[in-house]
Amino acid sequence: MNLSPDTWIMLVAIIAAVSCGLVGTWLVLRQNAMLGDAISHSVLPGLVLAFLISQSRDVLPMVIGAGVMGLGTAWLTEMLGRTGRLYRDAALGIVFTLLFAIGVILVSIYTGQIDLDQDCVLYGEIAYAPWDRIAVGSTDLGPRSFWILSGALLVVVLFSALFYHQLMVTSFDPALARAVGVNERFWHYALMTVVSLVIVAAFESVGAILVVAMLILPSATGKLISHRMRPLVVTAIVVAIVTAIGGVELADRVDGSIAGAMTVVGGVIFVLVAITSRLIQRHRQRHEYEAATTTQLQAPGDSAIRG
Amino acid sequence: MVEWWDLTYRFFSFSDAAVRLVVAGTMLLGAAAGGLGTFVYLQKRSLVGDALAHAALPGVGLAFLILGEKQFLPLVVGAAVTAWLGGLAVDAVTRYTRLKLDAALGMVLSVFFGFGILILTHIQKGGYADQSGLAHFIFGKAAAMSPGDVTAIGVITLLLAVTLMVGFRHFKLVVFDPGFAASLGLPIRIWQFALTTLVVMAVTIGLQAVGVVLIAALLITPAAAARQWTDRLAPMIGLATAFGSLSGLLGAYISFLAPALPTGPWVVVVVSSIFAVSLLLAPNRGIVWRLLEFWGHRRKVSRDHILKALYRHGMDRGNWTDYYPRRAIAELWSFRPGELRSALGQLVANGSLERSGDMFRLTSAGIASGERITRLHRLWEVYLSRYLDLPSDHLHRDAEAMEHVISPELEAQLTDLLEHPTHDPHAQPIPYERAKGEAKDQAS
Repeated sequence: MNLSPDTWIMLVAIIAAVSCGLVGTWLVLRQNAMLGDAISHSVLPGLVLAFLISQSRDVLPMVIGAGVMGLGTAWLTEMLGRTGRLYRDAALGIVFTLLFAIGVILVSIYTGQIDLDQDCVLYGEIAYAPWDRIAVGSTDLGPRSFWILSGALLVVVLFSALFYHQLMVTSFDPALARAVGVNERFWHYALMTVVSLVIVAAFESVGAILVVAMLILPSATGKLISHRMRPLVVTAIVVAIVTAIGGVELADRVDGSIAGAMTVVGGVIFVLVAITSRLIQRHRQRHEYEAATTTQLQAPGDSAIRG
Repeated sequence: MVEWWDLTYRFFSFSDAAVRLVVAGTMLLGAAAGGLGTFVYLQKRSLVGDALAHAALPGVGLAFLILGEKQFLPLVVGAAVTAWLGGLAVDAVTRYTRLKLDAALGMVLSVFFGFGILILTHIQKGGYADQSGLAHFIFGKAAAMSPGDVTAIGVITLLLAVTLMVGFRHFKLVVFDPGFAASLGLPIRIWQFALTTLVVMAVTIGLQAVGVVLIAALLITPAAAARQWTDRLAPMIGLATAFGSLSGLLGAYISFLAPALPTGPWVVVVVSSIFAVSLLLAPNRGIVWRLLEFWGHRRKVSRDHILKALYRHGMDRGNWTDYYPRRAIAELWSFRPGELRSALGQLVANGSLERSGDMFRLTSAGIASGERITRLHRLWEVYLSRYLDLPSDHLHRDAEAMEHVISPELEAQLTDLLEHPTHDPHAQPIPYERAKGEAKDQAS
């Protein structure tokens, strides 16, 4: 496909933001946002080991490595929490810092053999995306990361759509889920698998920490606007797209990292929406208050007193 | 091997000035973060440290942009300012929106960090002369610390320690019982704010040694490890401080052995190992300790079952003079083979059983123990039926569990409370003979 590099960058950024934003909606709803953060760190050793074992940058070993580490993080945190010997947030913090530290050590030991440096781990680089292309025969199909991220997006959409009810019931009412025979833990781990998959797909483009912004910001912004699922998801998608476009533009202006710029744009959008919704809310409350006091003061048949 | 020994000697003799510097820096940092982390851990705000650390990054970049050069103190001040703003942002989001702490932390962490990355990449591409070391703030580079840096770390650590000691009672109150603290008229938000400020200070001095990503581990892990060893606050702070500085020392040592390896991640690996050991081996709370206790109890249960079964058997026959073959004992209760063997061995060893070949019989001490277990079982059944009004077919299982754990003191209380019942709810006699005999023996 013959698109200009700038267009490809924009497309990759949008797809990365939307797939993270969609799967992140579940994380935010389940108050598991920091588990997303933890997994985004702890997939690192999985990726390094996948590189070392397969000696390639193929998608499959990377997805397996990241999936194992992502599930491992969720499982270890759960087990540590279950011992009842420490708080769950501390358990999460211990697990992911350790795994990330091991990842960094592995990177520095095998630094000559791995095409993966510490900077790339943290903030990736979308700007290189258009030049790493895949082709079938002599037909150029476009950038590799575009297809990887599209695949991830497809998985997220299918997962969310097919298992919408299971995810909803386990997110909002675990007791009801048990009563109707939906296995809460299974869906927790299934979601974590999909989260790991999306993270690894977005890893090359936006890096470990900025993927967290893309996971949380769109749906957090959506939650400011509505607590109903449909408007929330629609807002999340819109925010993700605007964030991606704005981020690419901003990075171009200041000559900096695209992923960093996307995060900043996402943060600014969140703050603007937060302030606006707060103002609207206050305005509405005042309106309702005035309306209420007015009617109260009006005695029947008495039109003289008006608030 | 010889080389390894040489390096180890060189490291621990601290004759090398560079080694002294790195060790002093990482140990001070570990101590400061570990001690302070105790409070953060107990407030269940462990991940706040992580968010604050990430929020420090843009401060480093901004300070550099403003000054145009790399000096430790201004960079640290810049880091502290944005980290502190990050703390305020977390509070604002949780207070003014319906988002929960986890989302607030995740957003602040990633947005501030992203902003930091944007500034750092801008600096990289902007051709500033002195910018090469800035990236060290992400992963930390202990070896890059100058004497001035370490002095600054020392001063700030001292400041932290003094503040914690002076405000200890207040911090303790705010952490454990904010409601009570408020009722005493303590300005909780100010003390909370002070605590956040202290965390910001600990985080910023850690930037250069371990970097923004891993400093969270130094706040969380030593405290979680220390918690396993004690239930009291002051010893917990002491232990966390010790664990933190020990990890700093060993982390520095490992990266000294292999200079290509970064210090920060090794500090984290060491402190995580200390945590794992604590979780497994700490007395009382440790998992191994608990397992040993559990197995010990299970062995006692098997012993009790043998004694009780032999006692009742003898009771039915009117005497306890006969020896029972092992197989007959196995049939009295559903023992597993190994369990039976070890329980019989223990009973012979503690003088409750006499052995003749592969045959066993109760000694008088064994008869007394068997009687006591039967008595406890039946007393407990009386108690349950009388005080909890349980029907008689619901009593046995509960009594079966309690008969192994009732202490002599509790037994005395129970007997008095129930006014020396003679029969249990199943109309079986409650045996006291040997208990009286024992009491007489003790009295004489």
